[in-house]
Amino acid sequence: MAYQAPDEKGFYGSYGGRFVSESLMNAVLELENAYRKAQKDPKFQQEFAYYLKDYVGRETPLYFAEQLTNYAGGAKIYLKREDLNHTGAHKINNTIGQILLAKRMGKQKIVAETGAGQHGVATATVAALFNMECIVFMGAEDVKRQALNVFRMELLGTRVESVKNGSHTLKDAVNEALRYWVANIEDTHYILGSVLGPHPFPEIVRDFQSVIGKEARAQHLEAEGKLPEALVACIGGGSNAMGLFYPFIHDQEVKMYGVEAAGLGLESGSYAASLAKGKKGILHGAMMDVLQDENGQILEAFSISAGLDYPGIGPEHSYFKELGRAEYVSATDEEAIEAFQILCRTEGIIPALESSHAIAYALKLAKTMPANQSMIICLSGRGDKDVDQIKARLQKEGKK
Amino acid sequence: MKTLTQILNQKVEKKEPIIVAYIMAGDGGLDKLPETIQFLEDNGVSAIEIGIPFSDPVADGPVIQQAGLRALSQKVNLEQIVEKLQTVKTTIPLVIMTYFQLIFHLGVENFIASLENTPVKGLIIPDLPYEHQDFVLPLLHKRDIALVPLVSLTSPKERIQQITQNMEGFIYAVTVNGTTGTRNTFGDNIEEHLAELKQNVNLPVLAGFGVSTLEHVQQFSKVCDGVVIGSKIVRMLHEGQKDELAKFLSAAANLR
Repeated sequence: MAYQAPDEKGFYGSYGGRFVSESLMNAVLELENAYRKAQKDPKFQQEFAYYLKDYVGRETPLYFAEQLTNYAGGAKIYLKREDLNHTGAHKINNTIGQILLAKRMGKQKIVAETGAGQHGVATATVAALFNMECIVFMGAEDVKRQALNVFRMELLGTRVESVKNGSHTLKDAVNEALRYWVANIEDTHYILGSVLGPHPFPEIVRDFQSVIGKEARAQHLEAEGKLPEALVACIGGGSNAMGLFYPFIHDQEVKMYGVEAAGLGLESGSYAASLAKGKKGILHGAMMDVLQDENGQILEAFSISAGLDYPGIGPEHSYFKELGRAEYVSATDEEAIEAFQILCRTEGIIPALESSHAIAYALKLAKTMPANQSMIICLSGRGDKDVDQIKARLQKEGKK
Repeated sequence: MKTLTQILNQKVEKKEPIIVAYIMAGDGGLDKLPETIQFLEDNGVSAIEIGIPFSDPVADGPVIQQAGLRALSQKVNLEQIVEKLQTVKTTIPLVIMTYFQLIFHLGVENFIASLENTPVKGLIIPDLPYEHQDFVLPLLHKRDIALVPLVSLTSPKERIQQITQNMEGFIYAVTVNGTTGTRNTFGDNIEEHLAELKQNVNLPVLAGFGVSTLEHVQQFSKVCDGVVIGSKIVRMLHEGQKDELAKFLSAAANLR
């Protein structure tokens, strides 16, 4: 049977839904309505395609990483170069789509959350482009870690609010963005940055990010005359992974690997691996796998990469795991840093720390596959934002 | 045994304002809970909303967030709170207010079964909308526990009909677009909105979010059946202003 999710209540199997207060209900129903109309409207699709091509710079290359392939010694490795998008990551695919929806709904203001600042920058960018007022909530800890991205958002005319609740990271930024949205519901659209949150957000973000997989599938067919044997992508909330995976959903022979952040290790207690270590629960409006303590309180996630530092995971990933459609694995901070350096040296590409998790696992996987097979890694973002952090870490370890 | 609806309707019939006091269970230690409930009952409140501390309370403003963090730092959990409530003797109904995650974690059925020997007669689950109430509602009917529907300023008319029909307890009319917490002003149309709501539903209508002065209590009790007072009470209890709080609550309960 053909894969069909979510259902009309927003569930992917038993995951997803819309667990939000009545004050938000009207807004999410309005959004769903607007999205259903947009899906059927060729004008909307044309406009979206136009901005992706002329403004974002799509399509992005599917690059055969020959040096990296040789380094790993196994399957051919292709990189889907989302790092080459305007603003340096896949995040803008979604923010373009959502701001076009916001415009259709007659909203004048935008609110968003951000962890590493990539989604914040992508949102600030489209808010500037469409002349909308924008406020981005960011955990105080992340404001410190990612000072450059804070300044980029400010240059783009966005107000960045430092969140000093809870653990001062992404989870708390989402809480605050949701609170702000409720209080400004009449004229504000919330541009959620991942395949998370109440229905229809996971579906909308998946669909807007699916451009990654659609392009990659066609590009790989052209290059190799066949589909790849494997897809590999990192997972925080899971938007770049879902964007790559989803267009391959019916290609049963293509294996999918989502790589979670194992932080200091899966036995350390310090990780962001919600599928490996979480339990079914509800956070930020959706039922999904969530890191939680023995009382059901949501735990803080931990990862060197601010973009993966989230205790939940997109509900559709939980469903893919249950169905066995994708396999979910993890890479530690250490493995990600090593992979980061390997890609720099072999291919002359500085990847985001988030994407480095995917590379770390892909290197292991490639070795186990024969040379006549191939895989696609989603290189979700570029690493300029991370070089200060890497420098400090390598200096501390005396490796540089 | 009277249901929450019956108990509150007695107040409505007598034309006395319904005053529901919200407290955060575990703020100041779980052992204080029975004493606080007794104190509120002595000062004339009609029912008590027992807040359960949660790590990510998105519907709450700063005062209740802080109270939740204080309770969590005491390692209080939902099971212990319910156990404590099993020891409470009170003549007024209690209503548990919790985010759905905590109930889901315990298992909805287990949780509801554990309320058997408590004075709990209602549940408020702010992030369980009408569309998902089947997770809880079918398990409540046998037990005379109400699932209190929330109505917001943004709920369209037809939806209000849909989400309030066949429900029990009271209608929690959220008075602002925003989170819980003290406010000085409300929207211009708030009285109209509450009066209209009151006309269209069969349950007592209580206004909540931001209610913090006797003027608010008076203003809202004129157009609906009463109020829920949260942040103000939580703050005064935390700051040890029991005498002032007693005066405030008695005055509120005696407004006509």
